[in-house]
Amino acid sequence: MKPYIRDNVPIWNMETCPKNTSYEAGFLVSKNSGWREIRPIIDSIKCTGCLQCYLYCPDGAIYRENGKVFVDYDFCKGCGICSKICKHDSIIMKVERQ
Amino acid sequence: MIVPNARNITEDEYFFGHKACAGCGGSLAVRIALKVLGERAVAVLPAGCMSAVGFNFPQLCFGNNAMISTFAGTASMMTGVEAGLRARGISDFQIVGFAGDGGTADIGIQALSGAIDRNDDIIYICYDNEAYMNTGTQKSSLTPFGASTTTTPVTGRVKGNTHEKKNMFEIVAAHGIPYAATASIGYLEDYMRKVRKASEIRGTKYIHVLAPCPTGWGVDSDETIDLARAAVDCGLWPLAEYENGVFHINREIKDLDGIRSYVRGQKRFRHLKDSDLEHIEKMRDLRWEGINKTWIKN
Amino acid sequence: MTRFFISGNEAFAHGIRLARPEVISAYPITPQTIVVERLSEMVGSGVLNSEFIHVESEHSALSCVIGASATGVRTFTATSSQGLLYMAECLPYAAGGRFPIVMMNANRSTALPWNIYGDQRDSLSQLDCGWIQVYAQDAQESLDLALMSYRISENCDVSTPFMINLDGFHLTHTYEPVDIPDQDQADAFLPEYSTENRIDFDNPKNLCFSAGPEYNTIFKIGEHIGIQNSRKEILETEESFAKLFGRRYTGLIEKYLCEDAEFVIITLGSISGLCKNVTESMRKKGIRAGVIRIRYMRPFPHKEISVAVSGAKSVCVLEKDISFGYAGTVFINVCAALHNEGVCVPTLNRIGGLGGKDITENDIQKIFLDMVEGKKDIAFIGVEGVNI
Repeated sequence: MKPYIRDNVPIWNMETCPKNTSYEAGFLVSKNSGWREIRPIIDSIKCTGCLQCYLYCPDGAIYRENGKVFVDYDFCKGCGICSKICKHDSIIMKVERQ
Repeated sequence: MIVPNARNITEDEYFFGHKACAGCGGSLAVRIALKVLGERAVAVLPAGCMSAVGFNFPQLCFGNNAMISTFAGTASMMTGVEAGLRARGISDFQIVGFAGDGGTADIGIQALSGAIDRNDDIIYICYDNEAYMNTGTQKSSLTPFGASTTTTPVTGRVKGNTHEKKNMFEIVAAHGIPYAATASIGYLEDYMRKVRKASEIRGTKYIHVLAPCPTGWGVDSDETIDLARAAVDCGLWPLAEYENGVFHINREIKDLDGIRSYVRGQKRFRHLKDSDLEHIEKMRDLRWEGINKTWIKN
Repeated sequence: MTRFFISGNEAFAHGIRLARPEVISAYPITPQTIVVERLSEMVGSGVLNSEFIHVESEHSALSCVIGASATGVRTFTATSSQGLLYMAECLPYAAGGRFPIVMMNANRSTALPWNIYGDQRDSLSQLDCGWIQVYAQDAQESLDLALMSYRISENCDVSTPFMINLDGFHLTHTYEPVDIPDQDQADAFLPEYSTENRIDFDNPKNLCFSAGPEYNTIFKIGEHIGIQNSRKEILETEESFAKLFGRRYTGLIEKYLCEDAEFVIITLGSISGLCKNVTESMRKKGIRAGVIRIRYMRPFPHKEISVAVSGAKSVCVLEKDISFGYAGTVFINVCAALHNEGVCVPTLNRIGGLGGKDITENDIQKIFLDMVEGKKDIAFIGVEGVNI
């Protein structure tokens, strides 16, 4: 399981709001991409698939696929940890285009 | 025990979409522990950064069962959850708590002590960012000597926190707990091994993980991991385990002179004089004298 | 059903045993201790199949049962006085989380000065935290309330925690003959608890979450509606209880000789018994006296009280507490109710029994005479020469 953005989020009122303070786990309504000033770019040729960036990402915004890693830009906050942890210089941080 | 690593841990994410600051060490500690423990883990979090950034209806960022506890009652609420699930006849679950340094060493220490005394089957993880970060960096009893916080400001008379960091690891061990460990988010494979190990031991387990806070410590958001490693390497944060009544030290000091660069890199310490650094070094050396005498090296 | 000669605390513990809570957690405090001692024995001997968790504080006791309740099991805790105040943070937490926890509170004075004896300042200071609050008159009612409380609070339209108050020593330690129902009867009366508000491995939940200014009111309205819904559920539960056990309770208030009463004492808890006796003696002297015993302080019986005293010439609230700087808490609630319901009747407030001081027959007679005399003041009883 991984929390994900829901489609058709209701307008919350007395009818639609939970009847108590519990609700579906991993119910997301917003992305975090708006926080980012710089973005990680992965050089897939240099990448050795060591997965250290995947492991150390505080947001879990790097995912594995077929031995390679990719950034989920909807949830990456641009902290730069992945770029710094990479021993192979395969992640650079680029200023976001306005 | 299969030692968890980046390759064999689950693809699932159980703490995702949260609103923690960029580069947050605490959120990494929570994310990784839950990946090790998996979907049968029930997370209990008191007031603090991780509950504030993870549970704001309708943005609910835990993929597993998770709940906010009272601030002082992390451990006792975990006890209740554990007893309740057992009473329902459910097995094969883990109750894991994630409390900050204040939630653990200050307001939550009584409930934690009670749970260890009862030997409740829970894993209590203290993510230590060395101050009350959620409320804007106020001193806790795990704030290190010299650190400037909003309640131990650098003024004419006082230069930051004048107290030493409370030794929670040994306080917990003194209860005769089945398993306690220190860890750092700078060394995640060590942390993951300890979380896995804790999950395979019955009774109360305590893991104290150093989790730097770039916002409160005054560093760039990409420095979290380096700082978490440096604290270990210079001997300020020994990686250790307590098991069957015996302390084990997991790592030697790698960088005896590293305290200076560790301290100088952080805004919270920038007012410290050389004499303060000497004091910090002296306290470290005293601690290690004791460690080297009685703890087992592995 | 078997009759025993037991104390209020023991009767209550039997009520809880019959309700079969799955998790019990409590910290000892006088005069509640006998309840948790008896329950510990019952768990120890296997008569009661529960987890009994010995916690290190009252705050942890309630935190613990909140955690247990979040797994969907039936829970119980008990406390008193300073203990209730120490767990105060957890009271709105349980109510806001809509966890139908049942708690027994042995009413006891609050420090300072230190005092272990009975008054009602502890629970009345916590009226606003979202719990149903009921006050028992005798040991039998204590047992019966223990059983009824779960059925009311666990009702899905209510989902509200439930505090049962027993006057410290006067009720908790007084021995009376009590009918104890059989387990079969209790099981027939009390359905199993079932809720969606719980940890669930098939459909994981995030529980006890935050809600900002935009949504907070919606949850608080829900909480208010839940406790309001208990008005109906209390009556229905008492009706089924009467059918099964033959003992009939009277909803939010109990009226005694009120039909034609001109002078009415409104009170709560174990002192009601003495008030009823004095009422009879006043009637013999030609004074048309009556008593209203408030059973439930929350939900508050504003309509029931207003209707019951609409023909009275004077009403006096007698209570074992004071909200310093104003008047007795029950009096404040009663006056607001009368005003809102448009009942215009002179009101008095008598505050007595603080720190366990006896309220005597003479004290109660004097209250009726004060009403007849047309007094409209707020005063302490049992201490001469004080005018507030």
